[in-house]
Amino acid sequence: MRLLDFFRRPPPSAQVAKERLRIIVAQERSARGGPDYLPLLRRELLEVIRKYVNVDPEAVHIHFDHAEGHEMLELSVALPDK
Amino acid sequence: MAEIIVVTSGKGGVGKTTTSASIACGLARRGKRVAVIDFDIGLRNLDLIMGCERRVVYDFVNVIQGECTLKQALIRDKRLESLYVLAASQTRDKEALTPEGVRRVLDELAADGFDFILCDSPAGIEKGAHLAMYFADRAIVVVNPEVSSVRDSDRILGLLASKTRRAENGNGGVREHLLLTRYSPRRVATGEMMSVADVKEILGLDVVGVIPESTDVLTASNAGTPVILNDESIVSHAYQDAVARLLGDTVPLRFIEEVRKGFFSRLFGG
Ligand SMILES: Nc1ncnc2c1ncn2[C@@H]1O[C@H](COP(=O)(O)OP(=O)(O)OP(=O)(O)O)[C@@H](O)[C@H]1O
Ligand SMILES: [Mg+2]
Repeated sequence: MRLLDFFRRPPPSAQVAKERLRIIVAQERSARGGPDYLPLLRRELLEVIRKYVNVDPEAVHIHFDHAEGHEMLELSVALPDK
Repeated sequence: MAEIIVVTSGKGGVGKTTTSASIACGLARRGKRVAVIDFDIGLRNLDLIMGCERRVVYDFVNVIQGECTLKQALIRDKRLESLYVLAASQTRDKEALTPEGVRRVLDELAADGFDFILCDSPAGIEKGAHLAMYFADRAIVVVNPEVSSVRDSDRILGLLASKTRRAENGNGGVREHLLLTRYSPRRVATGEMMSVADVKEILGLDVVGVIPESTDVLTASNAGTPVILNDESIVSHAYQDAVARLLGDTVPLRFIEEVRKGFFSRLFGG
């Protein structure tokens, strides 16, 4: 068994964990300090968009920024390939 | 000037109480006057890990509600004379802990000449966790190299940056430190566990300690002797290094590399 293990390396699941965390942490950080309605806004936007195109929840990105006295809401939707 | 340090994590069971007990002992061993407070109202545990459970007469909530003096409630450690424990109450009434009450206790400890006040936070992001961090000058964020623990600790970082006295007063914010625990260099080497570098990169924090996974922690809690006091254990050395870093020493990380076995012992599973 040990000899077999030696040749059959397990998949680097730690790498997968790191990638997933990098994305979710960045997303949660960008919502932080923003208005409380962001998650609801995101949900409702997704519903409206889905009336026209079938997009994944992952495809809707909301980014909130406050810089020099003004606040900005950035919204991007990645449309599926035809 | 007393420094208030919160030991927090978001996720439960990651090693906050183990860490609070060992860091408190470590600081006391380095000659500091230390008080360690259990904020886990309803689920008293620090007393067991510290080995003083049978000496608890009054607790944190008794002090806040004026049922005893702070001096009566502080339990002096039998091993280290500059170390005191304030036990959590076992009341189920979480409202017993008030911001004003907590502030009074912390102020009184500071006035009494304590160098460090450690606050062992309960899990979660509710009231107890909030009060444990609110007055802190520094935070030790305890993390396991595992997705849910890392994500929860990032939420805690968000709270430290907004829902604390230092954040509200705008005087520099809380100083944050990452303490990675239950670390297994072997599993990191095989790619099954995220490395110190991975977690550090995601959270963007300075690393105050990396504590290996070890059965010595269970042995220590069975005995009621904080693991840092077992000088035979590498866990003790890892915690001692963390204490040194907290005190400003520059100490390289240890115990993060796999101890390589020889070819034959690997082949035959020795
Ligand atoms: N380095 C370690 N190696 C092995 N086991 C550990 C290590 N650190 C902590 N543990 C174990 O993990 C468990 C949880 O530890 P601890 O009580 O300190 O966590 P906690 O964060 O305070 O939990 P809670 O959120 O419930 O307050 C305990 O059984 C403890 O023995
Ligand atoms: Mg605990």
